[in-house]
Amino acid sequence: PLPPSSPSSPTTGFSVPSAEKVDGFPRRSMRRARQRRSHSSSQFRYQSSQVELTPLPLLKDAPVAELHDLFCKKLQQCCVLFDFLDCVADLKGKEIKRAALNELVESVATSRGVLIEPLYPEAIKMISVNIFRTLPPSENPDFDPEEDEPTLEASWPHLQLVYEFFLRFLESPDFQPSMAKRYVDQKFVLQLLELFDSEDPREREYLKTILHRVYGKLLGLRAYIRKQINNIFLRFIYETEHFNGVAELLEILGSIINGFALPLKSEHKQFLVRVLIPLHTAKSLSIFHAQLAYCVVQFMEKDATVTEYIIRGLLKYWPKTCTQKEVMFLGEIEEILDVIEPSQFIRVQEPLFKQIAACISSPHFQVAERALYFWNNEYILSLIEENCQVILPLVFGTLYRVSKEHWNQTIVSLIYNVLKTFMEMNSKLFDDLTASYKVEKQKELKRERERAELWRSLEEQQERRLQSLGEASRNQKNLQEREKNSKNEPENSAANAT
Amino acid sequence: MAGADGDDSLYPIAVLIDELRNEDVQLRLNSIKKLSTIALALGVERTRTELLPFLTDTIYDEDEVLLALAEQLGNFTMLVGGPEYVHCLLPPLESLATVEETVVRDKAVESLRKISHEHSPVDLEVHFEPLVKRLASGDWFTSRTSACGLFSVCYPRVSSTVKAEIRQHFRNLCSDDTPMVRRAAASKLGEFAKVLELEYVKSDIISLFTALASDEQDSVRLLAVEACVSIATLLPQEDLETLVMPTLRQAAEDKSWRVRYMVADKFSELQKAVGPEITKNDLVPAFQNLLKDCEAEVRAAAANKVKEFCENLPEDSRETIIMTHILPCVKELVSDTNQHVKSALASVIMGLSTILGKDNTIEHLLPLFLAQLKDECPEVRLNIISNLDCVNEVIGIRQLSQSLLPAIVELAEDAKWRVRLAIIEYMPLLAGQLGVEFFDEKLNSLCMAWLVDHVYAIREAATCNLTKLVEKFGAEWAQNTIVPKVLGMANDPNYLHRMTTLFCINALSEACGQEITTKHMLPVVLKMSNDQVANVRFNVAKSLQKIGPVLDSNCLQTEVKPVLEKLAADQDIDVKYFAQEAISVLALA
Repeated sequence: PLPPSSPSSPTTGFSVPSAEKVDGFPRRSMRRARQRRSHSSSQFRYQSSQVELTPLPLLKDAPVAELHDLFCKKLQQCCVLFDFLDCVADLKGKEIKRAALNELVESVATSRGVLIEPLYPEAIKMISVNIFRTLPPSENPDFDPEEDEPTLEASWPHLQLVYEFFLRFLESPDFQPSMAKRYVDQKFVLQLLELFDSEDPREREYLKTILHRVYGKLLGLRAYIRKQINNIFLRFIYETEHFNGVAELLEILGSIINGFALPLKSEHKQFLVRVLIPLHTAKSLSIFHAQLAYCVVQFMEKDATVTEYIIRGLLKYWPKTCTQKEVMFLGEIEEILDVIEPSQFIRVQEPLFKQIAACISSPHFQVAERALYFWNNEYILSLIEENCQVILPLVFGTLYRVSKEHWNQTIVSLIYNVLKTFMEMNSKLFDDLTASYKVEKQKELKRERERAELWRSLEEQQERRLQSLGEASRNQKNLQEREKNSKNEPENSAANAT
Repeated sequence: MAGADGDDSLYPIAVLIDELRNEDVQLRLNSIKKLSTIALALGVERTRTELLPFLTDTIYDEDEVLLALAEQLGNFTMLVGGPEYVHCLLPPLESLATVEETVVRDKAVESLRKISHEHSPVDLEVHFEPLVKRLASGDWFTSRTSACGLFSVCYPRVSSTVKAEIRQHFRNLCSDDTPMVRRAAASKLGEFAKVLELEYVKSDIISLFTALASDEQDSVRLLAVEACVSIATLLPQEDLETLVMPTLRQAAEDKSWRVRYMVADKFSELQKAVGPEITKNDLVPAFQNLLKDCEAEVRAAAANKVKEFCENLPEDSRETIIMTHILPCVKELVSDTNQHVKSALASVIMGLSTILGKDNTIEHLLPLFLAQLKDECPEVRLNIISNLDCVNEVIGIRQLSQSLLPAIVELAEDAKWRVRLAIIEYMPLLAGQLGVEFFDEKLNSLCMAWLVDHVYAIREAATCNLTKLVEKFGAEWAQNTIVPKVLGMANDPNYLHRMTTLFCINALSEACGQEITTKHMLPVVLKMSNDQVANVRFNVAKSLQKIGPVLDSNCLQTEVKPVLEKLAADQDIDVKYFAQEAISVLALA
């Protein structure tokens, strides 16, 4: 069915219609066959009756004295919205607005001196009226950006031009941030950010560039924008798992992080630890992983001391069942190791290589392979070599065991190479570990038996305790009852007597 | 007892804590899940002084472990020494209530709510309430969202000064900077209103409700709609118009479809909460608008509520309102462009007939049922058919039977086997309502056709369906109508169909009884033991095992036993196996 894709509605969902209960398969095809609704229907609910547009004179023909007035009129004309659900309705009006928008775009882009103060509120109003709208419910509630075609915005022919105009407006050499900030305010930005949830990738692309410009030019809004992006991400991570524009927002953040001043403010570190790292938990990680990894690496390059937070964070959220994500995590770890400082490496090598060993023993050959590829990376290899005394004992057992057990021949031969590398690095240590492998195994088994024994006796003890507690409470109850009875008796007899 | 105490020394806390620290997450998780065992081994005092501080200090772990811990601590009161010491559990739970992961936090709040009842009023003020305040003024949004769920459990049991503080904290959180916190506060608004004194409901809650219902984020506004139900229930009727209705009206026309969806979804609750007068004046037009909403989601949610809404209308004007205001919208929904809207409607529309009575049903509803029975979407038709019993009570199903038949036939032959499966499931119901005559004439052939469907699941369901029909119509009917056809399939060239005969016999023998089984079915089964296909042969063995209990012992010895013995010597290993199994189950060896 189509539960509202609402981030927020806690009670999404229709009850599943009976045909879908019995038939999981044809849902997709049924959905496809469904009549396509205009993606902009929600916008038309409250619009009063349509105004008829009449063409205005061309901007390029206007005498200089009337130019601003005409520009203003065109902006007002473009505030009229059209229903693109009905593709034949009011074709004339649509054409007039399209032409006007085109002219506005061209005028802002090419001629100087057009953008004077009185035009700012009109321009921002025209932009707001056109782009700000409640996004419609998703056609496809379990929309998978990698598999499914996105629903495209029906009113794009106009919307594109409005976005184009906004962009040119922001990029115009005449653009005055001091004037714009009165109209492009916090409320405006908040609505702009909500639009990043649009399913239409063309719209998100425009929004990305525009938000980047706003961030660059309106300094007063920077902290607010960062905070609101935080909120969007937190809602995405912890509440809804649904937001279409995560990749775009991360892309902007990538360049924002690049511009952070040193030393990093605690606000920024908090963003890394509490937002960027937890973003790795998302089910849809694959859609924005590249941008996310870029942001993470940017942070490290800014300030190496965050390395430990990052690695420990990734280890905490390491995928338990999704091998596809595991491969992505390994990829990100390699990117991180590529730029890691040796002093930081030492701080994390132990937990990190325990995880890498676990990956090597994964029955999924892509995971094992991705982990083993680390040994092909020269920088990583040099780090391993420097810390061979610590790392080899961590991974030796796994390598030894998996080299004998793995079903996939490629993995087995990769492991032989790794073992060979280690042998060359430190043959003494390698021989020692080989010699003590069996003993270590025995020890491990012994520890396991001891654990089992400990729990067995703990449980026995619990049994005894509960039994004696039960007896105690029974005794107590009996005692109380006896007392009660003995108290009641005289009363009863007294009552009988009267 | 002395011996048991002596056992404690066997388990120094370090050993147990090592278990809680095990490197392997799974083992750590197992240990945490058996935390009560550990606590019991330590005794109440060391649990308080050593185990709990350890747990409080080391809360940095996998969320899964934390979740288990949060849950365990909710049941720990006895293990720390009873209600007197229950406040010892607060520090670890407080840390857990600030964790990022929602499920962990929610579980911690749940446990805190649970143990709050075990606090004495004094402890509640000394230990619990300060914790709530700390959470409510925490730096990071997580602790503030957790606080929202704790106000209502301590408010009723604290002094009036503390109550005032709690109200203030709640007010602050309702206007928190972070939308996550406002959402949490909005979702607890109704619950909090319930424990407040009426004067504060009117002064505090209403203004918070109004503010949240016009929040800049629709995700907050829609939660206010939920609170609206509880708030309206608390207020006296005369205050509703001024305090609640303006906000509710605004929500029903919100520019975000999510909010309107929520209104539609909660419509029955809202209707009950505001009472009959406001329903007549306000909710009826609002409901009409929701049924005509531009978003299909909203229309479908409203369509789902049609029956309940009509049922709960005040009796004196019910029929008029339905006929003049609701029914016209319903008529439009029957031909909605969205199939989910139509099928939502189809799942409730039949219920209107009981409300409107025979004449109105025939005149106004019947055409709608018939239209939906012909809908292009199978789901819509199925929903109508699955609710036939409501109409049957009012006008009898005969009115519909002429239209029903083509609809059933079409569904029975639908290209999607899951649709066919769904209609088979309604066959016994239909058979019961339409009667044996109509069934024999129109539907019997469908039931037989399903037996040779190319999808196994359909053949299986068809077999099961036959059993239910025989239970309804009796053995004699079975002998005359079904059994000959089923047995005829034993000679089918397709071995799958021959096996269907066996499956049907398995299913029917008990319902048909000894006579029919012995006289008609058994000979066929026995004859099939010579089948060329091994699968058929071992199914003969299985069938014999199945119908054996229905047969008398003489027949078993003289007829069944020789055949099973022959099969037990079959060259196919499976045939042998099942034949031997049947011999031993039937005790023929």
